[in-house]
Amino acid sequence: MSTITRSLSEERSDETKRPQGLSALDQLEAEGIHIIREVVAEFERPVLLFSGGKDSVVVLHLAAKAFAPGKVPFPVLHVDTGHNFPEVIAFRDETVARLGIDLEVARVQDYIDDGRLAERPDGTRNPLQTQPLLDAIAAGKHDAVFGGARRDEDKARAKERIISLRDEFGQWDPRNQRPELWSLYNGRHLPGQHVRAFPISNWTEADIWNYIDRENIALPPLYYAHQREVFRRDGMWWAVGEFSQPRAGEEVVRRTVRYRTVGDMSCTGAVESDAADTASVAAEVQRSTLTERGATRADDRISEAAMEDRKKDGYF
Amino acid sequence: MSNLAADVSSRSARSTASERARTLFRFATAGSVDDGKSTLVGRLLHDAKAILADQLEQVAATSRQRGFAHGEFDFALLTDGLRAEREQGITIDVAYRYFATDRRSFILADCPGHVQYTRNMVTGSATADAVIVLVDARKGIIEQTRRHLAVVSLLRVAHVVIAVNKIDLVGFDENRFVEIELEAARVAEQLGLPGIHVLPVSALEGDNIVDRSERTPWYQGPTLIDLLESLPTAVEIEDTAAPFRLPVQLVLRPQGGLSPEIADPERYRDFRGFAGRIAAGTVSVGDSVDVFPGGHSTTVTGIHIAGQEADAATAAQSVTLTLADQIDAARGAVIAASGTIPAGRREAVVELFQLDPRATTAGSKVLVKHGTATVQALIAEVIDRRDLETLAHHDAESLAVNEIGRVRLRFAADLPLEPYAQSREGGSLVLIHPADGATLAAATVED
Repeated sequence: MSTITRSLSEERSDETKRPQGLSALDQLEAEGIHIIREVVAEFERPVLLFSGGKDSVVVLHLAAKAFAPGKVPFPVLHVDTGHNFPEVIAFRDETVARLGIDLEVARVQDYIDDGRLAERPDGTRNPLQTQPLLDAIAAGKHDAVFGGARRDEDKARAKERIISLRDEFGQWDPRNQRPELWSLYNGRHLPGQHVRAFPISNWTEADIWNYIDRENIALPPLYYAHQREVFRRDGMWWAVGEFSQPRAGEEVVRRTVRYRTVGDMSCTGAVESDAADTASVAAEVQRSTLTERGATRADDRISEAAMEDRKKDGYF
Repeated sequence: MSNLAADVSSRSARSTASERARTLFRFATAGSVDDGKSTLVGRLLHDAKAILADQLEQVAATSRQRGFAHGEFDFALLTDGLRAEREQGITIDVAYRYFATDRRSFILADCPGHVQYTRNMVTGSATADAVIVLVDARKGIIEQTRRHLAVVSLLRVAHVVIAVNKIDLVGFDENRFVEIELEAARVAEQLGLPGIHVLPVSALEGDNIVDRSERTPWYQGPTLIDLLESLPTAVEIEDTAAPFRLPVQLVLRPQGGLSPEIADPERYRDFRGFAGRIAAGTVSVGDSVDVFPGGHSTTVTGIHIAGQEADAATAAQSVTLTLADQIDAARGAVIAASGTIPAGRREAVVELFQLDPRATTAGSKVLVKHGTATVQALIAEVIDRRDLETLAHHDAESLAVNEIGRVRLRFAADLPLEPYAQSREGGSLVLIHPADGATLAAATVED
């Protein structure tokens, strides 16, 4: 054995003497709160994109902790595709009422009704969110927009900075991002530009569920196993509802399912699951061999660069 | 496929309790083109079971389109997240990857090896607990390796792991490995790198990455994953022993804006809390503290960690402190253990890492961000440029992109700077363009 590796084994024997560090979840929580406070300290009019989904719920929970005993000092913005799960809208409204914060809503349906946007042939409304989002940011004069995006969700998101500059068109330029050093976030921007801020960039889906379990955070019931009328399409279970109806040959069955993401009903599928509480979901996520987006999001299957293309246009 | 509960998985089911006990370890990878860095990252993720079936399927399909044999993967496809990267087969920017073992959660900053290596290495390594530097066993320590090690040494990354890759291509030859190991030790000594770890691996075939290789019986040391699981983090090594520092992010005075969830609003009527993340040391209720600037002394009367009341808190935790006296401490202030407050400085010599294409020259005005303070500053003097191979200083008038050198900065206000050697948080700065907001350079404070 060489001298170098010997010094390592000596170091390893000392390991038990070291004080127990903060857990990974504690560190991620502290980092998330730090980022949220930096943005509130340095920007005039931040807003949080809040859909009622688990990731934005965790960001809001961190914000509540960051400013306790005060209330969350910024409003939330929901870009409403019009194809929502009613349980999620009810949850959204209860949550903002409980925390005493303002809710802004940008409606895709309004844009379709007055002709500014056209329905897509495939019926999915997720790509249509970008314009109402950018208009709402401009109308609210928001200079910082918090999002619950995580780098582990998609390989384009793996490239995104925690504080990510957007130009006056809301565009992301992945080839020209600011380096991000230590925890010194640079949010300087010119009038018309804004930043997207991602406090849970470094969290994984498993971290999210372990944290929800640890903190006992309320979520829409869709995330837990329940019985539902579903049909099979593209390898996913689709809920029978106003915005997703089976086509000829697609058989409707009753199954015990839950959702891993709760986006637009027209592009979000369910998975079969018996996990009825947070601990079982956390354990199930740990065992899963499929990513959450690969398993349940049709919009990310459009192409290998679907997320990157949407982000470049201003999607979050 | 969509029945999660029925998914056949080789991953062990872990209890959420053990998930919660895991610690966090940040590391970066560095290596020149063709050293097999993407393969190493792909192999690490693959063998740690961090690549899920749908991702692997996508990689396999694209690999086949690109002419890879059936069953072989172009692991670079996993890490190259941008369309332009996949099209050109090059890595443009740092990407972050995540995986976990039973003991730790890992954040991997996957840094590009070639173009703009210094800029990317600084970005990826500034927060890393360890950097893995890849060396091709056939080529040994080359100029690029020395540059990587020099940057790592200047950033004082806690651990350096030299992965001698493609050991299969030199026939698992112990003598070749020892040669490289000795050369690595020599370079480390020259650069003042404290402990380095050298191990023989084959990223392509998986030797000594997660599983111990039977083909290197002469190597008794740890595998790569063993090392990553057991090396102490930077926080574990330094920060708890250092004197307490809290850069104030903002002052919380909720008054009328109390959270509706607060059960006893009267209690918080006059609340005035100093919010921030502890940069170093520990703090307990009852501790005496001094405040920068001004030097006023007071006592800590209360600590909230992430909204919960606590008796004590430690480095890296986000806290809110209440103090006994109504002192003036806004964003940019630092609360420090009594008697340890850093002196305010109007001038400093820094090691500057130039990141922006516009060169740094004497006379230009910039903004400097240090902790939670942002002040105007002047580049008073460009002192010299470092030769990254020899670390020797050469006279210089300016620093171009990817160059490193010493610069004298003058600040428009006092900053509580500390030597970077003693404190990563207290000794690091970023320079910002005052007009367009671009991040120009990173800097570390010399002694």
